[in-house]
Amino acid sequence: MALYSDKVMDHFRNPRNLGKLDDADGIGEVGNAKCGDIMRMYIKVDDGIITDVKFNTFGCGSAIATSSMATELIKGKPVEEALELSNKAVVEALDGLPTHKIHCSVLAEEAVRAAVKDYYDKNGIAYDPEMFKESDDPHGESCEA
Amino acid sequence: MFVYADNAATTCVSKTALDAMMPYLTDQYGNPSSLYALGQRAKEALDESRETIARYINADPKEIYFTSGGSEADNQAIVSAARMGARKGKKHIISTQFEHHAVLHTLSRLEKEGYEVTLLDPHSDGVIRLEDVENALRDDTCLVTIMFANNEIGTVQPIAEIGALCRERKVPFHTDAVQAAGHMPIDVKAMNIDMLSMSGHKFHAPKGVGILYAKRGIVLTNIIEGGAQERGKRAGTENVAGIVAMAAALKESCDHMEENTAKIIPMRDKLFAELSKIPHSKINGSLEHHVPGTVNMCFEGIEGESLLLMLDDQGICASSGSACTSGSLDPSHVLLSIGLPHEVAHGSLRLSIGEYNTMEQIDHIVEVVPKVVKYLRSISPVWDELEKGELKHLI
Repeated sequence: MALYSDKVMDHFRNPRNLGKLDDADGIGEVGNAKCGDIMRMYIKVDDGIITDVKFNTFGCGSAIATSSMATELIKGKPVEEALELSNKAVVEALDGLPTHKIHCSVLAEEAVRAAVKDYYDKNGIAYDPEMFKESDDPHGESCEA
Repeated sequence: MFVYADNAATTCVSKTALDAMMPYLTDQYGNPSSLYALGQRAKEALDESRETIARYINADPKEIYFTSGGSEADNQAIVSAARMGARKGKKHIISTQFEHHAVLHTLSRLEKEGYEVTLLDPHSDGVIRLEDVENALRDDTCLVTIMFANNEIGTVQPIAEIGALCRERKVPFHTDAVQAAGHMPIDVKAMNIDMLSMSGHKFHAPKGVGILYAKRGIVLTNIIEGGAQERGKRAGTENVAGIVAMAAALKESCDHMEENTAKIIPMRDKLFAELSKIPHSKINGSLEHHVPGTVNMCFEGIEGESLLLMLDDQGICASSGSACTSGSLDPSHVLLSIGLPHEVAHGSLRLSIGEYNTMEQIDHIVEVVPKVVKYLRSISPVWDELEKGELKHLI
């Protein structure tokens, strides 16, 4: 079996929603250059619905593919639903990832959550801080910023 | 266009090697340990191969042991020297930070057994200094093991000088010559090498066969126990076809070394010259002390695996020392050992070319790589900030 599924390669070669949103309502950035992957996600929200989403990613093939897939999965969805997006859903939508690449999907999930949090913060929308508690560092101990 | 530019990983089997091995995969299938003619013909082929290989590194045929490859040869060389040392109460080993894992992991295991290991710093140019070896030598040093040429950055070490020093100090010297054999002249006598590892598939023989040269007087410790093959030092029915192919391939590579080098150097230099034009790029490793075909560069702001996948789409086979390609969370230990920050090491590209490559292929590489680097930077969230000066460029 090849390293990546056809779907991962498709999203890597033809990333969906690539780019920036100048009038974004929320921007989330996760990862760092030292670890070798950074994702930045931009969301446009109208009436609680994510009407547009864009991303930029520095990272490996699966980092690009998972961010691309994550944008597809949340576009047109209510903000609350985007918050429910799990890394597992991203992996499943991509027909799987190699075990050592699962952390990329965790980053994609975190990028979405970071963008939503930024949207809440900028618009004075109250939320339970527990919702955005930092998850375990997907990189483990050997790569810390 | 298909361009195989990963010859430091493995090479194609040459026609000469394939033709040489075919009889032993077909009619001449005898076991060299059998006494009937079919077996003895296989034994003769082994003997001839051993003689050929010995001749090309200036060793005695009795000093050549066939193994499954470079890793096994490294393991056996190091363990043997360690056991020899222990018998004299010597348990200190000198090596370098940027050895192949076949060496480093064997040393880690010995450390757990109570050996002390000093790993020398390859400095920013990837060349070990003789004085560093000299300063590290102790009365209880039982082995110096330093690679001939580095597999990732292609830098060549001062092997003859280190060999002379070790001989003078009566310390066994092993070199992992996997990246040098067939590509650079090796003379174990002139270079005072006591043990040397080689791997057939790096010089156009098939995978799964290698050589350990051990000078007379070195007492080898078996890694594989069993029958009396290889003078009792390496059990297992010999890979006759592979060994015959390896001897043919080494002969061919060494006989054509000058013309191959003359062909490879201009291609390599073009890669360096053209790819260096990419802004915020860096050549890794001294160019003064370098194997002919290896090019290792870093491009800031990109990640190596993405680069490799996009190059693969353009028909180019290459490798990288990024964390994502190493299968671990950290980038290559070689790139870190020459002082590259993680951020820069993630953007590394190794192109290793050989005599089968053509200038047209090099033109394809220098056309494709800058475009891919530019694209990957364009989709990065931080490249703009680096370019605007909001973040500081590292290279």
